[in-house]
Amino acid sequence: MKGIGASPGIAIGRALVLKKQEILVTGMSLPNEEDVQRETEKFEYAVRTAVGEVEAIKATLPEDDAGLEVMEVQIELLQDEQIRTDVIGKIAVEKRYASDAVIEVIEAARETFRNMNDEYFSARMADVQDAGNRILRHLNGSLPGAGQMIGATQILGAAQIVRENTIIIAEDIAPSDTIVMDITKVSGFATQAGSKTSHAAIIAKAKGIPAVVGCGAGLDIIKTDDLVIVDGSGGLVIVRPSQSKIDEYAAKKIAFTKQAAVLNTLSDVGACTTDGVRIHLLANISSAAEMQESLAFGAEGSGLLRTELLFMGRNTMPGEEEQFEFYRSIAAGAKGRPIIVRTLDIGGDKQLPYFGLPAEANPFLGYRAIRISLDRKETFITQLRAILRASQYGQLKIMLPMISNIQEVRQARAILEEAKTGLSLADIAFDKDIALGIMIEIPSAAVTADILAKEVDFFSIGTNDLCQYTLAVDRMNERVKHLYDPFNPGVLRLIRNVIGQGDQHHIHTGMCGELAGDTLATLLLLGMGLREFSMSASSIPAVKNIIIHNSMERAREISQHVMAMDSSQAITDYLQEAMKS
Amino acid sequence: MIEKDYLITAAEGLHARPATSLVRLVKKYKSVASLKRGDKTVRLNSMLNILSMTLKGGDTITIIVEGEDEAVAAAAIDTFFKEELKKL
Repeated sequence: MKGIGASPGIAIGRALVLKKQEILVTGMSLPNEEDVQRETEKFEYAVRTAVGEVEAIKATLPEDDAGLEVMEVQIELLQDEQIRTDVIGKIAVEKRYASDAVIEVIEAARETFRNMNDEYFSARMADVQDAGNRILRHLNGSLPGAGQMIGATQILGAAQIVRENTIIIAEDIAPSDTIVMDITKVSGFATQAGSKTSHAAIIAKAKGIPAVVGCGAGLDIIKTDDLVIVDGSGGLVIVRPSQSKIDEYAAKKIAFTKQAAVLNTLSDVGACTTDGVRIHLLANISSAAEMQESLAFGAEGSGLLRTELLFMGRNTMPGEEEQFEFYRSIAAGAKGRPIIVRTLDIGGDKQLPYFGLPAEANPFLGYRAIRISLDRKETFITQLRAILRASQYGQLKIMLPMISNIQEVRQARAILEEAKTGLSLADIAFDKDIALGIMIEIPSAAVTADILAKEVDFFSIGTNDLCQYTLAVDRMNERVKHLYDPFNPGVLRLIRNVIGQGDQHHIHTGMCGELAGDTLATLLLLGMGLREFSMSASSIPAVKNIIIHNSMERAREISQHVMAMDSSQAITDYLQEAMKS
Repeated sequence: MIEKDYLITAAEGLHARPATSLVRLVKKYKSVASLKRGDKTVRLNSMLNILSMTLKGGDTITIIVEGEDEAVAAAAIDTFFKEELKKL
């Protein structure tokens, strides 16, 4: 059955079904007051037992375990006064059975969270559900009647993993599940619900375990101990496979492992096409630690150093010294490799409380990034001074986010000159020829690349925002996010124009959006003339592997072919086909 | 009754972890503590309630404390918002 491949690789193993306890909402009323008393006591008992259970798990965790926090939140939610009041109220006033009351109260709470606009708070729905399920499991007794069914994953089933090579089958994986699981024995995950960004997907990816999420109700046919194949690369789950299927996938698994091994050996190989064109692969980073990690993947520097991390999670603006130290440590860690420092890209969905910015109706079209920097000149100068001073310790370049017109470039350059003058007067050394480039992420900038190219030293195409702004799609909006598609011919034409104009004006063009690390796009972008790709470090080996096995000639043919196509569906189908040969 | 306004300064807002601490703090006192933002008011003895307010950095909220030990309780909550919240 088909799902979403959330973490690549092949796993063949025995299923452990973390079965939904199918608890029914009986819809029945309690006959008399004694029952009310009994159901209330049952609820109180279930809560106490559940809390005891979590306390017991907590006691087994080491003091600095990240899971402790999840457990604390769980304990607090289990004993939550609002939940308790609502449940007891339903039992006493509406004469509901305890389990009905719990299901209804949790469902109502989930509804509140589901409608939240904030990703963090919305994700707490899983914690609330987790607490609800835990209470339900301890409300024993048979439940007569039929009605609406809801699923409750049997969380502690996760602690039953004793056998090597277990494949976890579940409706979804709750945050607390993965803490009690012996993950070293898990070889694969398949879940009914979830997306590429759900908890199960993130854990699987981080641990390198193949996973398929969003498989739907079809997973119900799997029983514990069934032989199951999880193909995380192809997004497939095969139940009770035939011997020929097992052989086929065993071969695929070996090929994947070999491939991974090959990719690992590529870190020291230069990314050169078969006809000798040198391509540069860089990493997107946010810290000195990530700079170090990226070197292991063969990064040739950073095409995007995000500076937001330095400003977030605190109550005051970082001063020049603190910023200087941050940029200096990264510059020095890169050992001569280039680092493109993007100036503060705050606003929109990334807020800083000490900036005191009011909420906006359209944050992505609002006061953010370069717009703030030009408006709050002191803040901007402090950052520029710190970057300039650090430029003594490595090869730093400055990149301006969210440029929409040439005036912004001129204004920013004037402020940069002012910062340079200030440093010169104080006899502080810096790289006088530091490059100043811009992000191309607003359609107006992509269309007027010829104008902008005359006054900047380089372009970097930010495909995430460029795609969002070009297609008028909010990626966070479930109803329209399917329209978000970097292979849309409109987006591709803008990208081609930017690369072409950069070439004509002899300035360097790179790409630092998600598309740069998408192997489906590698040959297409190469063919358009892109020579610098910046991506999450772990994607570098796979992209490099494509580059070293193809020629520029082939890449050009592919891109010409794609640019003549009329839909993203046709384009992605064609690229998938091209990748196979 | 004691009423006081606070600006949420933590960049990430009032998340699950600080909410846990706040609920535990409030439960130590007899007074009824509530949190008000706009026209919505919730009791502070519930983590679910606090999370349901989706308090983000930059939000202004009003804390209302009422009861026999309101002075001590309000002072403790005040310390929480001014000091503890930074450490969390």
